[in-house]
Amino acid sequence: MANTTFELPPKGGFSFDLCRRNEMLAKKGVQPPSFRKTGTTIVGLVFKDGVILGADTRATEGPIVCDKNCEKIHYMAPNIYCCGAGTAADTEAVTDMVSSQLELHRYATGRESRVVTALTLLKSHLYSYQGHVSAALVLGGVDCTGPHLHTIYPHGSTDTLPFATMGSGSLAAMAMFESRYKEGMTREEGIKLVCGAICSGIFNDLGSGSNVDVCVITKGQREYLRNYALPNPRTYVSSKGYSFAKGHTEVLSTKITPLKEHVQIIEGDAMEE
Amino acid sequence: MYVANRASDKITQLTDNVYLCRSGSAADSQVVSDYVRYFLHQHIIQLGQPATVKVAANLIRQLSYNNKNMLQTGLIVGGWDKYEGGSIYSVPLGGTILQLPFAIGGSGSSYLYGFIDQAWKEGMNKEEAEALVVKCVSLAIARDGASGGVVRTVVINSEGVTRNFYSGDKLPLWHEELPLRNSLLEEASSEVEPMRA
Repeated sequence: MANTTFELPPKGGFSFDLCRRNEMLAKKGVQPPSFRKTGTTIVGLVFKDGVILGADTRATEGPIVCDKNCEKIHYMAPNIYCCGAGTAADTEAVTDMVSSQLELHRYATGRESRVVTALTLLKSHLYSYQGHVSAALVLGGVDCTGPHLHTIYPHGSTDTLPFATMGSGSLAAMAMFESRYKEGMTREEGIKLVCGAICSGIFNDLGSGSNVDVCVITKGQREYLRNYALPNPRTYVSSKGYSFAKGHTEVLSTKITPLKEHVQIIEGDAMEE
Repeated sequence: MYVANRASDKITQLTDNVYLCRSGSAADSQVVSDYVRYFLHQHIIQLGQPATVKVAANLIRQLSYNNKNMLQTGLIVGGWDKYEGGSIYSVPLGGTILQLPFAIGGSGSSYLYGFIDQAWKEGMNKEEAEALVVKCVSLAIARDGASGGVVRTVVINSEGVTRNFYSGDKLPLWHEELPLRNSLLEEASSEVEPMRA
């Protein structure tokens, strides 16, 4: 019979060679560089007229808050928005990519994009990268078939739900939803509940914080309410101001390196016109 | 362990007359079912008549077996066609295909092998069979931590397909299971006095 192992030709998709190198380096003690994550609270719910998406605005790099007001609700189509949790670069890249694909698809079909189209494009991309694209998404929108809300996990599985939460603050937000959600809420009730769930994540989860972004999508209309609530204002500002004159910082050592000129000046004729 | 979805639908439709029960990795089982739905529809167009359960099960088996190193999903295919009537095929982890009168799968199935061996009998009617299935799933939910939430059933026969939904309060209670209590939120707003130090 044939050999038990044989080299398969590369089929495209993710090449795992560098993962082996990274494992080998990690064993030798070389730490991989840290990356910016949106340790996050993102939520979505279906209400009477459509869907409401909500997100906090903190982006972290390990223990440091690198962005106090980042945008986690990404545009996919005029009637579809997507909240992203996980690695910020991955969520941005994957939502931008699928947003472009949806636009091309709109030109090709001549119709408004459907939420299930975005869902299938996202889930197939994430599945083919076997979970290495660390993007956990809450996708919501209203199309000709009605309002839809889906969650997409990094490995490519999806769920369709009336209310959903993702990210490190998802447990805090889900507690709010499970106790207060009811079907057929009005716009005001829905926004209040989404805001409450995000605040619950902001105050109880260290990976989430700062402000609340809300996006309300209904048939034919969407409202992106950036910084809908600002529950963490900067309360103390020094009256003396924050200028630091010369002499505040102690100079420990000085090293001066003169930069040599590498440019050779050649005398010659002026350029002709 | 966080419950990501407490009411997920693990029975997916392949065609009008063939349905699939998924277990194992959610992503893998969703992708396999999407591919098989696509292949089955192409097959139906070529064939010119509804698909048989055997063909659907074999398509699943081919995907599962040829990608056995990468997939982690156990599937049970069930449906009705005019040649065999109702049939069930089990396609567990390695890609084996087994035609059986009854099949169980998933993490909670460990608790059901003995039960179903003694409880299943030949020639049950629709009501008995559905009651047995619901009893099995509720027994597994009682013992398996990874199972819970709601019970969904799909009945497929020559007349068509019926979907049923049994929420937690409709399921029978087994040994040492506590009866359902109303949400504490409702109680808190009516009778209970706040504790005083």
